[in-house]
Amino acid sequence: MIQFQNVNKSYGNKKILDDLSLEIRDGEFAVLIGPSGCGKTTTLKLINRLIEQDNGKITIDGRDISEENTVELRRRIGYVIQQIGLFPNMTVEQNISIVPKLLKYPKEKCDEIVHSLLKLVEMPYEEYAHKYPAELSGGQQQRIGVLRALAASPPIVLMDEPFGALDPITRELLQEETRRIQKKLKKTIVFVTHDMDEALRLADTILFMQEGKLVQAASPEEMLRNPANDLIRSFMGRHMESANGTAKLLAEDFMRTRVLKVPETMHTLECIEMMRQRDVNTLVVLHEDDTYAGTVSIETIRKHGQAGREIRELISDEAMTISRKEDARAAFDQLLASSLQYLVVLNEDGTVAGLITRTSMAKAMGEALWGELTS
Amino acid sequence: MTNLFPLILEHMYIVAIAIAIATAIGVVLGVISFWYPRLGTFILFAAEMLQTIPSLALLALLMILLGLGNTTLIAGLVLYALLPIVRNTNTGLGGVPDHLREAARGMGMNRMQRLALVELPLSFPMIFSGIKIAVVNSLAIAVMGVLIGAGGLGYPIYRGIQMRSFERIITAALPVVIMAVGFDYLMTGFERRLTKRK
Repeated sequence: MIQFQNVNKSYGNKKILDDLSLEIRDGEFAVLIGPSGCGKTTTLKLINRLIEQDNGKITIDGRDISEENTVELRRRIGYVIQQIGLFPNMTVEQNISIVPKLLKYPKEKCDEIVHSLLKLVEMPYEEYAHKYPAELSGGQQQRIGVLRALAASPPIVLMDEPFGALDPITRELLQEETRRIQKKLKKTIVFVTHDMDEALRLADTILFMQEGKLVQAASPEEMLRNPANDLIRSFMGRHMESANGTAKLLAEDFMRTRVLKVPETMHTLECIEMMRQRDVNTLVVLHEDDTYAGTVSIETIRKHGQAGREIRELISDEAMTISRKEDARAAFDQLLASSLQYLVVLNEDGTVAGLITRTSMAKAMGEALWGELTS
Repeated sequence: MTNLFPLILEHMYIVAIAIAIATAIGVVLGVISFWYPRLGTFILFAAEMLQTIPSLALLALLMILLGLGNTTLIAGLVLYALLPIVRNTNTGLGGVPDHLREAARGMGMNRMQRLALVELPLSFPMIFSGIKIAVVNSLAIAVMGVLIGAGGLGYPIYRGIQMRSFERIITAALPVVIMAVGFDYLMTGFERRLTKRK
């Protein structure tokens, strides 16, 4: 069991940890999460004394770590970092067997460890043991990084955003693998991340930190059900909605807000010029009080427009509108049933909030399913 | 030409010994200056000062202390070779990425282990390039050894000057040039392979 009792840490005037107390049980997968600067990485590094606290006590299984030899302490605690940190001058095998060798394990035992660990992640010994880190993909490198931390069978493994630099697919694979290994080898893992998806997927307990304090420590389910404050709620965002099953997806969740809007007093030639510049073929037209008037398309202007006239007379009302608070389902039905390319989303006061296009709809669906999309 | 061959060998031998000693001392000083930056400033300053003493004067001073012969020349060459090696060791160690240093610390390596297993191997290309500079410099400076009674290619060049024989000067100087260019080429090639592997 790892225990923090009233731990403080400041750098100069900046308080990083503010009277932090927490507890991590044996065999627990504990995920530290919070906004950047909340002290989660500092907390992690205090455990293997890469950072020393100003005051307060940290114990592992009841023993005060400040009384232990740092080098010996670290050899009993696995450590995985975001930049992977494999030594480029050593092969995979040498990298994995660093700590066993520091602990002066006999050679046969080191060999055995390397063989069994590589087997654990299904990287055949013959193929990978003698490669250098640079010859491996990022995902393979971090697998080895994790194995290296496990090599001397430490009961505790610290992981500092280990998968942050990996692509989403590899990240997910490694998350699963880590979870599997943790269950199999019954390790206590302390894992730092800023990604709530990751925390929810991996954690037995999520420790949410904010401004150097522990705000909430709870299982993922519990945290979803009863977030302690608004920040946690916003961190969990869409997960909460799906967990509660009550959230209604609204039209506004699917719209894009960057819309080309023009006043109805604009002249036809200006409109054409604007459309050409922005490469669109329809403009949303507003009344003088900013409320929605209708749309105007480039074909209409070409066919009926006269130079120098206001577009007021060319406005069409064929585009469908929907209130932003309306159920997204209704918007989808309309969009799919009609041959229209978009729906205009209106605020309560009749002004334009955004557009739902087929693309924005697909993107929002994707994000709801898989989280933030990169492009 | 045939009678130059033993002198060429002797020349190389003198330089090799000097470089071996300079590397041993230089890397240690480089490590110390990396560990204790304040002391390091002083060490680097001293090594730079040595470099500014004209080789003739330095050898003469050493001669007063150590007498005539190859030993004195080697001592002089060592002093000159120190700067590039110390400086490059220091720079190389300083260039090891922080996350690797932290990984090494986090795994429970003590300072010596970090140095031996991680920091020195990773700085080796940089240190090697310092050695290369030292080798090329030393090959040229070793010629001055003739003035303090040391062997090597200095003697035939000096004889050539005394006899005002352009041909003799050239035949003795050419091997020095070839050696310098040759070692530079070979060592640069090796250096490239070292850095490529990273």
